[in-house]
Amino acid sequence: MMKAIRAISIAILSIALLSCIFAEFVAPNHYAKQDREASNEPPSHRYLLGTDELGRDRFARLVYGSRVSFTLAPAAAIFSVLLAEIIGGLAGYVGGVWKSAAMAVTDLVLSMPWLFLLITVRAALPLNVSPMVSVVVTFLLLGMLGWAASARMLCSAGTQIRQSGYVLQAQAAGCRGWRLFFVHVAPNLKPLLLAQFWISVPIFILAEANLGLLGLGISEPLPSWGGMLRELENYSALRSEPWRFAALILLFLVVSAFQFVLPENAANEVRS
Amino acid sequence: MKFALKTFWMAAVLLLATINSSAQGNELRFVLHAEPKTFDPILVQDDSSETVRYLTGGVLIRLNRKSQKLEPELATNWKVGSSGKTIRLTIRGGVQFSDGTPFSADDVAYTFRRLMDPAVHSPTGDAFRSSSGTVTTQVSGKDQVTITFPAPVAGVARLFDSIVMMSAKSALKEKAVLGPFMVGEYHPGSYLLLKRNPHYWKQDAGGRRLPLLDSIRLDIQQNRDTETLRFQRGDIDLINSLDTDYFNRLLKDAPGSVTDLGPSLDAEQFWFNQVKRSPIPAYKIAWFRSTNFRRAIAHATNRDDISRLVFSGHARPASGPVSVANKFWFNAKLKPYVFDRRMAMEFLAKDGFRRDGTTLRDKDGHPVEFSIITNAGNKAREREATLIQQDLAELGMKVNIVTLDFPSLIDRISQSFNYEACILGLLNSDLDPNEQMNVWLSSSENHQWDPSQKSPATQWEADIDKLMRQQASSTNDTVRKQAYDRVQEVVWEQVPFLYLVTKNALAAISPKVKNAEPTVLRPQTYWNIEKIAVQGK
Repeated sequence: MMKAIRAISIAILSIALLSCIFAEFVAPNHYAKQDREASNEPPSHRYLLGTDELGRDRFARLVYGSRVSFTLAPAAAIFSVLLAEIIGGLAGYVGGVWKSAAMAVTDLVLSMPWLFLLITVRAALPLNVSPMVSVVVTFLLLGMLGWAASARMLCSAGTQIRQSGYVLQAQAAGCRGWRLFFVHVAPNLKPLLLAQFWISVPIFILAEANLGLLGLGISEPLPSWGGMLRELENYSALRSEPWRFAALILLFLVVSAFQFVLPENAANEVRS
Repeated sequence: MKFALKTFWMAAVLLLATINSSAQGNELRFVLHAEPKTFDPILVQDDSSETVRYLTGGVLIRLNRKSQKLEPELATNWKVGSSGKTIRLTIRGGVQFSDGTPFSADDVAYTFRRLMDPAVHSPTGDAFRSSSGTVTTQVSGKDQVTITFPAPVAGVARLFDSIVMMSAKSALKEKAVLGPFMVGEYHPGSYLLLKRNPHYWKQDAGGRRLPLLDSIRLDIQQNRDTETLRFQRGDIDLINSLDTDYFNRLLKDAPGSVTDLGPSLDAEQFWFNQVKRSPIPAYKIAWFRSTNFRRAIAHATNRDDISRLVFSGHARPASGPVSVANKFWFNAKLKPYVFDRRMAMEFLAKDGFRRDGTTLRDKDGHPVEFSIITNAGNKAREREATLIQQDLAELGMKVNIVTLDFPSLIDRISQSFNYEACILGLLNSDLDPNEQMNVWLSSSENHQWDPSQKSPATQWEADIDKLMRQQASSTNDTVRKQAYDRVQEVVWEQVPFLYLVTKNALAAISPKVKNAEPTVLRPQTYWNIEKIAVQGK
């Protein structure tokens, strides 16, 4: 049963990913083009998911919005996991004062209301940046603020590895310092890093969606899932225009698919 | 037989009680979007407290929201002195506060003493502080009172619409009221119950004592979505100032309950930062300070599309700071800027701007790129900005849209001046131009495009200063109108604010509510509260 669900999840993610890669072919209309005489149109051959209030092709916006999420959420996840490894993994490996200090900083970051922090940091950024730069900045911020939970786990794993037999043997054989860390400790953190990466991707996708819902996400006219989810605010329109649910359904499918792909994947990595 | 008779009487009593309760249980319900900050009528600043003030307070002169004319209320007549420094009022006799204390000219004197007391810091009193000096009140007899101001106050009689009379003698102090309702119960965070004032002085044409309602329940409810849902369920009876999305929703589900009252006093406006000391490149400040540049933007912005796509047609292109809804002060000669890209390019060419492929460049070769900030979470403004972005892209301008949380936005437009252009709304609660003095005077902090100037930076700003002072110091409405018409013309010519659209006043009123005569002026739906009744409760 789980195998079937996993296969379906992989299929969903693959289709979504391929659609993003070949967005120009999948959605020939430009995501920003306003057909002002065709606003709020129902689905048709020309506009597969209809148009939004400004007459923009909802399907094109969904596909290009997915490209943004699929490209930058993994990038932010990599950035965040690397930060977590440097701060958490190293703290666990070195131990002592460094570990206490690193964990204190981690706790501080974990206790911060990240949403308010993001809003504050974003408000301080320069205004005259292109929408694409605003996307990168948004996900970079997410990555910079999202490392703490992973760091705690990596610290714990780092401590265990430091006390493991093979590290003690390596130390006895004269292997010390950075060499010991990069040759014996870091490779053994890899399964955990991979699991943290898979967990972080949907979290960052959802975080961007949250920001978008508050109107603080990616700048217009670039589409994002969060921005598109704002169409759900007008729920009365949803009854007569159910195609507005497309962004929500896609978000739900993708985030769920990540969860079903993750355990098997992570377990395999841990076993290996 | 005895049992049957007893049962009959019991049933009769119950029936009477039911009939009585349906007649007496005449309660209107609507929502306050925030907790009222005060019940003291002279300290009112927020919308919720203003609602309570309007429903409970008695005033000497009232503005009829429908005719936009002043009407006698607790003053049966009044006369403004030829100098504009005095107003003589005749007080209505036989009126009592809600606790039975008689109302007299002494109460008027007491109210004004309190209003003008510097220690009280009354925002309402600020309107009367036309210059330094004290406001004096002279009582002659029981029903005559003369109020003297140190300098002429333009439109002084109209200001009395917001001055709630207070009792000098009642032990209840500000809780003793002269309006149709009085505060009955207050459960912070939950609801406020206003009860009928048993001593209210008004009667209807048939001699019935007003108000017709027994009580008003004001639920404290911030969320607009919940408010709309509750209206649909019949839990509440009125909604003022509906957003277009909610209006459209109700139009589908309960078409008979929503009404578009036509243009309101509220406008959406767009302006450029012209502050010379602001931390943006000097060449951009030069663009923004150029009238040709601003007029080009005005011609390149399609207001009809904003009205149609953002407000579903419940708005109209604006021509200036005064809405067509403001019958007296609107300058009918002014028309909204026509959407014409060719004219826009002609204005830009005058300043040396030229097209370089798809990019517009200034005379020094800088590509024309700027950002527009607006408050996050306001979908209408974000959509307006997106439409403007595409309109200006057609001229070769690159516009970046940035949505900011409100405190950050206010900081940028009023403290750091680190912004290039901004879209915000203008909420007008008063018809009189004096209300906008703080926007038009170049020395004012709210002179948004270039605030707190030591001396007017341009000749046209000096002209506006002069005209605004002229209208504020005159008691002749014709002179005032001429001056303010000219202000509107200067604003139209110079475009310091680019007025996008005037929003329509949208309201929802349950079919159970009788005698409602909604108007575009606040409070739209319940301005004639004493005559409103609720059927079937």
